[in-house]
Amino acid sequence: MRFPGIVLLAITVLVTGCSQPPEQVNVYSARKEALIKPLLDQFSADTGITVNLVTAKADALLERLKAEGEHSPADLLITVDAGRLHRAKQAGVLQPLADSTLEQRIPATLRDPESFWYGLSVRARVIVYAPERVDAGQLESYESLADEQWRGRICIRSSDNIYNQSLVASLIAHNGEQATEDWARAMVANMARDPVGGDRDQIKAVAAGECDLAVVNTYYLAMMASDDDPATRAVAESVAVFWPNQDERGVHINVSGAGVTAHAANRDNARQLLTFLTSDTAQQWYAERNHEYPAVEGIRVSEQLQGWGTFSQDDLNLSQLGELNADAVKVMDRAGWQ
Amino acid sequence: MTKPRVRSLAIWLLAVVMASPVLVVAASWLAGVSGNWQHLLDTVLPVYLANSVVLALGTGTGTLLVGTASAWAVARFSFPGHGTLSWALLLPMACPAYLLAYTWTGLLAPEGLLQQALALPLPDIRSLPGAIAMLTLVLYPYIYLMARSAFIQQSAVALDVARSLGAGPWRRFFRVALPLARPAIIAGLALVLMETLADYGTVQYFGVPTLSTGIYRTWFGLGDINAAAQMASALLLAMVLLLWVERFARQRRAITDSFAQRASRSVISGWRGWAVTAALCLPVLFGFLLPALQLLAWSAPQLDSALDSRFLGLLGNSLLIATLTTACAVGIGLLLIYARRLVPDTLRRHATRLASFGYAVPGTVLAVGVVLALGSTDQVINDVAQRLGLPAPGLVFSGTLFAVVFACTVRFLTIPVQGLEAGMARLSINLDHAGRSLGHPPLALFRRVHLPLLKVPLATSALLVFVDTLKELPATLVLRPFDTNTLAVRAFELASDERLADAALPALAILLAGLFPVILLTRATLQASEVSSAATDASVPSHA
Repeated sequence: MRFPGIVLLAITVLVTGCSQPPEQVNVYSARKEALIKPLLDQFSADTGITVNLVTAKADALLERLKAEGEHSPADLLITVDAGRLHRAKQAGVLQPLADSTLEQRIPATLRDPESFWYGLSVRARVIVYAPERVDAGQLESYESLADEQWRGRICIRSSDNIYNQSLVASLIAHNGEQATEDWARAMVANMARDPVGGDRDQIKAVAAGECDLAVVNTYYLAMMASDDDPATRAVAESVAVFWPNQDERGVHINVSGAGVTAHAANRDNARQLLTFLTSDTAQQWYAERNHEYPAVEGIRVSEQLQGWGTFSQDDLNLSQLGELNADAVKVMDRAGWQ
Repeated sequence: MTKPRVRSLAIWLLAVVMASPVLVVAASWLAGVSGNWQHLLDTVLPVYLANSVVLALGTGTGTLLVGTASAWAVARFSFPGHGTLSWALLLPMACPAYLLAYTWTGLLAPEGLLQQALALPLPDIRSLPGAIAMLTLVLYPYIYLMARSAFIQQSAVALDVARSLGAGPWRRFFRVALPLARPAIIAGLALVLMETLADYGTVQYFGVPTLSTGIYRTWFGLGDINAAAQMASALLLAMVLLLWVERFARQRRAITDSFAQRASRSVISGWRGWAVTAALCLPVLFGFLLPALQLLAWSAPQLDSALDSRFLGLLGNSLLIATLTTACAVGIGLLLIYARRLVPDTLRRHATRLASFGYAVPGTVLAVGVVLALGSTDQVINDVAQRLGLPAPGLVFSGTLFAVVFACTVRFLTIPVQGLEAGMARLSINLDHAGRSLGHPPLALFRRVHLPLLKVPLATSALLVFVDTLKELPATLVLRPFDTNTLAVRAFELASDERLADAALPALAILLAGLFPVILLTRATLQASEVSSAATDASVPSHA
């Protein structure tokens, strides 16, 4: 048994010798590199802390975190929906981080009640419509999309998509499972076509006259409206935004967010990074660059977003979206929503 | 234990290591069956199944037609542009299927290049037939490549005999050439079907629910990774059964080739020749040229700003991972196949099968298998270190480049195994007997007889693994070390964010990086087939 011992010792010396530069923080991110790296670079420049990044799908990263266990190098997990953060918390790979600054900056509805994760940016799912074929007065709420008047007129993407799953989860939370299943059936009947493509494709379909309404996240439309390509800008300008459920609970939202991992070796640096991501600079960047709504109140948003005005948002605790996600998928399966 | 027995066990150990991620996935059945299965059976599973079957049948038929016909034309006939087309037909392989799907959607969109140029109502590509078309375009080169080398290596004798017995060209093709090339074509078809059933990007974007989208939906949506892994292993079992049936059918009429003179190509001249050229240009046009043009049009505005040193880093990582994976997969494949050739016992036969399951498992599911296999190995290493009173070494395998290369090797090992198995099957066992009786030990026999004769399938498999690894996404994505990006990762991240213009440049780079090995290896294979034919003609009597 001597030989393997020596080898292990050598490996240990190598590993501990090489991989411990003074200050660093390791990030597993479901947010794509292009949409997070500039901020991380800014953080490194400000603090001198090196940020190491791996991006991948949230559920795959979650499995990697679980398999790596206590030796995982990850300090911070970033996802683009609250449901995944909730799933990570349930899997025991996050730790609570009670921090008065963070709790002050991020409203209670946008973070975990037990401080396992914090929302960083808000994504609103709205209705876009063709103004020449639809009068805004005909629109009201997500629920009213089930009305007969919309038969064969709605475009919405597949039920595989997390934002549709979250939307339906929120409907289950508010209206109950049976009512939501009936709603989903009516939605399927009202679809202009079988769900294909992403949110941008739904917007293009409204512009092309294939359907009159679509349900999409706002930042896709904002990005199209500020695209370099004039044809894409024209598509975005030909549709209008409607904020649903404004007279009652408000528009359905989800967040991108982050939590510190259970075995974080650089817990303090992770806390610093998290705090940085809620700073005015970082929040402004989300709003300007990605056209997402800031999680922190009082941050100026992009011109595009200002044009759509203010709105009231559903203050359902976002953990609920995670808890009801599987039920939402089953409801859509039963309703025949592809 | 006898020496061959010890070696058999070593081979088995290797096979088990290579199969470990798949075994981890299959072990999901040990955890029992969750209530979600009832829900799936009641609602979506029949649809998934039906779509997957139609997709597999459609893509299988399409690739067989395009791949075999083009291989036959290139191997047997001369026509204008023959030299260029012989490698250009491989180009569509360089394009990841999901990228072709995005690009064609762009081409056919109202504001797209084609729609603008033709001003005709074009079909909606985002459908099940559209998905079949996309996968056929990307995957037919597997069959083309395998079938072409089989056709080239066929002796003229069999075809001449058929001719002298009065068989026309069609009859010679269907009754002689096709049965002789069958092992190679089936090997290609098996790769096509596995890739088709494991495809996620294309069908997901086109909104066609299949077993593979269902697997991810069960995992991501229902949060039931166990049921997802169970579905994946059921899919795998279906593939294994299919291959087993084929192998059983083939065993009953094993055909080995003799090494007489290779048939020469007949010349098709005049308009018929040009008609063949035009027909063969179609798959290249639709599978490579048009999409590449669209990508170029998208990436042109960004070209200056994006071509920096970071881009070279992406290219370097992609090439490094692809090269390492190709070396590992082809090396291990050769070892497994040759070990079986030497002692064709049950143990070694099963070892080969066991080691080559990775291809039929959807990528991210396999990646999780690798994560779990390497993660638990690391835990064991740390436990042992603790017992020995040593400091814990932390993660030794997880999150390293080794993990990425291991995963890609597991995923693509079946390519050299299938290719070399088909190549080896063509070589009569009498060759080995003759060599042995002349006193050559196995290793010398391997170096002097088998290796030269296997050059073509070796080069073919290496090319396929290399290009497949360049395109590989799910395993690289989740297993990579910090700050390690590849072209495929970059292209996917941007494309899946619906930023096609930004994704175009890395996508184009994948196409170009795949282009060079295609050209190089095509030259090498053509030369090798000539050299090896000369060598065998000299050293082996024409009736082996």
